[in-house]
Amino acid sequence: MRTAQAVAWKEIQVYFSSPTAYIVGMMFIALSGFFFARDLNDPFPQASLVNFFDGATIIFILIAPALTMRLMAEEQKLGTIELLLTSPVRDWEVIIGKYVASFVFLIATVSLTLYYTILLYVFASPDPGPIYAGYLGLALYGGAALAIGLLCSTLTSNQIVAAVVAMGILLVMFFADLAADNIGGTASTIISEISIRSHFEDFARGIIDTKHVVYYLSVIAFFLFMSVRALESRRWR
Amino acid sequence: MESSSKSTMIQATGLTHYYGPFPAIQDVTFDVRKGEILGFLGPNGAGKTTTMRILTGYMPPTRGTVTLGGYDVVEKSLEARRRIGYLPETVPLYTEMSVTDYLKYMGTLRGMPPRAIKARIDDVVGVCRLEDYRKTIIGKLSKGFRQRVGIAQAIMHEPEVLVLDEPTIGIDPIQVVETRRLIEELGKSQTVVLSSHILPEVSMICERVLIINEGRIVAEDTPKNLAEGLEGIERLEIEIGGPVTEVLPALRRIKGVSRVAHRSLPQKELYTVHVDPSVESGTDIRDEISKAVISSGWSLLSLQTVGMSLEEIFLKLTTHEDL
Repeated sequence: MRTAQAVAWKEIQVYFSSPTAYIVGMMFIALSGFFFARDLNDPFPQASLVNFFDGATIIFILIAPALTMRLMAEEQKLGTIELLLTSPVRDWEVIIGKYVASFVFLIATVSLTLYYTILLYVFASPDPGPIYAGYLGLALYGGAALAIGLLCSTLTSNQIVAAVVAMGILLVMFFADLAADNIGGTASTIISEISIRSHFEDFARGIIDTKHVVYYLSVIAFFLFMSVRALESRRWR
Repeated sequence: MESSSKSTMIQATGLTHYYGPFPAIQDVTFDVRKGEILGFLGPNGAGKTTTMRILTGYMPPTRGTVTLGGYDVVEKSLEARRRIGYLPETVPLYTEMSVTDYLKYMGTLRGMPPRAIKARIDDVVGVCRLEDYRKTIIGKLSKGFRQRVGIAQAIMHEPEVLVLDEPTIGIDPIQVVETRRLIEELGKSQTVVLSSHILPEVSMICERVLIINEGRIVAEDTPKNLAEGLEGIERLEIEIGGPVTEVLPALRRIKGVSRVAHRSLPQKELYTVHVDPSVESGTDIRDEISKAVISSGWSLLSLQTVGMSLEEIFLKLTTHEDL
């Protein structure tokens, strides 16, 4: 466990000292600010973050892969993976360490948007429920996106490939419910349940449904598990 | 048997590894005794790196087993890995970290307690002569210094076995000498396995050499024995002033000469005489040659024996060419 911590701590330091991470963070703040401000220009503006949350789910498709693409791909490119895999470190410790680091950076970035909440409280009296639930949902959603990105990074030594594939998977999962609308029956239900977006909607409305929490946690667990297996598979490839 | 198994640090048995249908190594068997410096010698692509990677548990062999300190590197991987310090061929460094941070990180990954890491960094930095570069970002270091950082991380946790894959590749001659000295120093307290395609290096540092070619071990001995075992094939380089058409047959007539080659250089006629090792001429063949030359009225301008160097032994073993 201590080694997982060491991996996480090292990656966190890299995040906070690398320009890429700051650019990604800045992109998120700039874009989310646009979504937030869009609401305020309404003739009858609402003191809510619904638009910001909706926007954030889209922005995450871009920034989560950008944050995770480096994690494992670079180790493979630099050859440092050879040290990692010959150190007395379990494969899952590497994956968890990396994952936690990316999650910490994402949360740190998102926490900057608490500024919007403060603004709402200063100029109006918003309903706190949807805000709490929304941030919880966003954390879960972001966590799932990062896990997907991490798997892609584990599978290749090319960061660009890792990012593009992760974005592809996220986009497909994002729009899965639209595809589901065009077909009927059980298949439609299954496909719409896969959608990473449809599970988020309740959070933005202030509803914390265990079903959705379980969905995101399952996605995270599944992709992290696959990442560990992918790392292990390097040993017999 | 009991005592010999105790002193064996690494036991590799029947290692075979395939990359797809291509065998990288085949039936490689060897052992390394505790405290020994073993050299793997072979041309590029002979299977050295594959063997190193299997030893360190980076990948399992297709067939065969390796035990390290009694632990199977596949079955008891973590235990075996705890005992290894490894420097892969491409020195794996996080270029954005400082030397100290990197060593600290590697120490933690190897399971060292934080307090021990701090003290050990001072030692390691001293041993690898990195004192002035503790805070330097690794990306800014020259190749030779990066190599030292690579060795520093390998010895950080005082491993029982040190595996060094081509430790002196691509660094300048002065640094090569320093690196060799460092390895020799480390070899006094640790078991070292190193690979190289540079012969003098291996013969200088190692107590025992395995010559590996096309995935198989073709020879195994001390550098001295390897050289002696093939010493019989000797040559003479002779410069003779005289008509080539007459000198050649005259040299060939001498007892004990198996083959004569001739080269014309500007203002020089050079003959290479191969001595047949099976013929005991009783007298020194140089004596015979010089007599023959002088009695024919030619001038013997130079004569030197060329023993077989390790390079040639190596070439002979790995290319099956007659020199």
